[in-house]
Amino acid sequence: MSVEPATVQRIASLARIAITPEEAARLAPDLSNILGWIEQLGEVDCAGVEPMTAVIPNRLRLRDDVVTDGDVRDLVLANAPQAEHGFFAVPKVIE
Amino acid sequence: MTELTDLGVAAIRDGVRSGAFSARDVADAFVIAVSKAKALNAFIVETPDHAVAAAKRADAARAAGEVLAPLAGVPIGMKDLFCTQGVQTTAASHILEGFVPTYESTVSGKLWDAGAGMLGKLNLDQFAMGSSNETSFFGNVISPWKRNDGGNAALAPGGSSGGSSAAIAARLCPAATGTDTGGSIRQPAAFTGISGIKPTYGRCSRWGVVAFASSLDQPGPMARDVRDCAIMLEAMAGFDPKDATSLELAVPQWEAGLSPSMAGKRVGIPKEYRVDGMPAEIEALWSQGIEWMRDAGAEIVEVSLPHTRYALPAYYIIAPAEASSNLARYDGVRYGQRELPDGANLQDMYAATRAAGFGPEVKRRILIGTYVLSAGYYDAYYTQAQKVRTLIAQDFEKAWETCDVLLTPTAPSAAFALGEVADPLAMYLNDVFTVPSSLAGLPAMSVPGGLDAAGLPLGLQIIGRPLDEQGVLNAGLAIEQRAGFAARPEVWW
Repeated sequence: MSVEPATVQRIASLARIAITPEEAARLAPDLSNILGWIEQLGEVDCAGVEPMTAVIPNRLRLRDDVVTDGDVRDLVLANAPQAEHGFFAVPKVIE
Repeated sequence: MTELTDLGVAAIRDGVRSGAFSARDVADAFVIAVSKAKALNAFIVETPDHAVAAAKRADAARAAGEVLAPLAGVPIGMKDLFCTQGVQTTAASHILEGFVPTYESTVSGKLWDAGAGMLGKLNLDQFAMGSSNETSFFGNVISPWKRNDGGNAALAPGGSSGGSSAAIAARLCPAATGTDTGGSIRQPAAFTGISGIKPTYGRCSRWGVVAFASSLDQPGPMARDVRDCAIMLEAMAGFDPKDATSLELAVPQWEAGLSPSMAGKRVGIPKEYRVDGMPAEIEALWSQGIEWMRDAGAEIVEVSLPHTRYALPAYYIIAPAEASSNLARYDGVRYGQRELPDGANLQDMYAATRAAGFGPEVKRRILIGTYVLSAGYYDAYYTQAQKVRTLIAQDFEKAWETCDVLLTPTAPSAAFALGEVADPLAMYLNDVFTVPSSLAGLPAMSVPGGLDAAGLPLGLQIIGRPLDEQGVLNAGLAIEQRAGFAARPEVWW
């Protein structure tokens, strides 16, 4: 498995992480190495094996569809980098 | 008289109850120890007021003749992965620097309800990603241990719960919380000569714990001996309706159930754990551990876990995949840092925030996770890894037909020097013995077994059946009593 810097850039954009061309070039051999190593999983015969979805058998609990806290707007916003008029503020999304 | 900071959880609890000393004296002693140990960099934030307030409550309750709570008068360290109301919680990252939760994690809340106080928030590998404590934004934790070769190399305290392990080994706290995703309680315990148990997945609530890989993450205690781990675990465990994976079960009385006898028990030795290049000292300790188990009355049986060698590659697909999803929440909108370059739109802000806020190892794992989940690769990597995970769990199920617990080394080496393992892949291999039981959700514990030629601690691991923490703790106690491990680091900090 050889990961090219262009692939690293594409994955980074999917992951919403800005990276420089230098970082992409540095990460490419790292990722190639790690992905090459995990490819050995392909050797395992998994015919008829179900993928694991829960590691310990557990009952799926459902709760009533009701508000259990509420009226905590200020607590929710307390750590926001920018909050205005009781809302999270972000850069303009629509031109 | 023994220094108060030399006492463990049980001794402090009992001493406060009997009036041998006050909780305030205990808290003050540990607060001073913490303040003198900056060189270890074990704490990100110190909270002496929290510890002292809990101690005052314990002393007042005793003076009033009330029944004391299980951990009344015991000050502890809290891994900085647990959200603590009103106290900065960072997961050792820059992106969460300054984040002050307005709520309390279930596990930390249970500990405060049990009477414990907090000495501070303990350093860790950033977002719990690492096996050496070299990925924290707040700098490396330094192990209190030194090699006896006359050199002065700074050693890794293990990871990710390395602040916890270093603080306990250095007598800065009698116990601390850890979290274990692929071995992050057990490997640092082994590196620093202390004990730690990862309970069955679902025993301890993950609510309010900063998520790394949700199907693996599990809180657990770290302390200087098995009994103290049992006491801590009883306070931490229990059903939590806020965590959908929490097990709806009563908490057993693990401390009361402690017994070092292994009579009638079968101890399995998995042959696949004899890996190439394992140091002779690890082999020797393992053999010694087998003898101790036999001495405690156990029957030794060889078992096979044929998919062991595929556990690490499966882990390094599943854990980054879940991490890439979990860490999507750090985007600069609701909490944490925000980077807003001039003229940036929303997407630019996300990308710049995440670029500036995450460290290199976190970025590497998010990228691997994003890659293995991306269109065209999902089935080849992620689905295949989940199938291999099923096979690994089945290996253990089969082993339980012929044995009650498994005994293995905890880590393939003693503590290495900081900076010594530079290749990420070589670092991942450190988790070779701890990851399989994590993938299977099983309870597993590390207890110190002895020292290597350089005078550094080595740990033995016990793995148990689902929900059999008692069997794991008892086997740990049998080893602890026979190992008589009393070595401790000399104070240089």
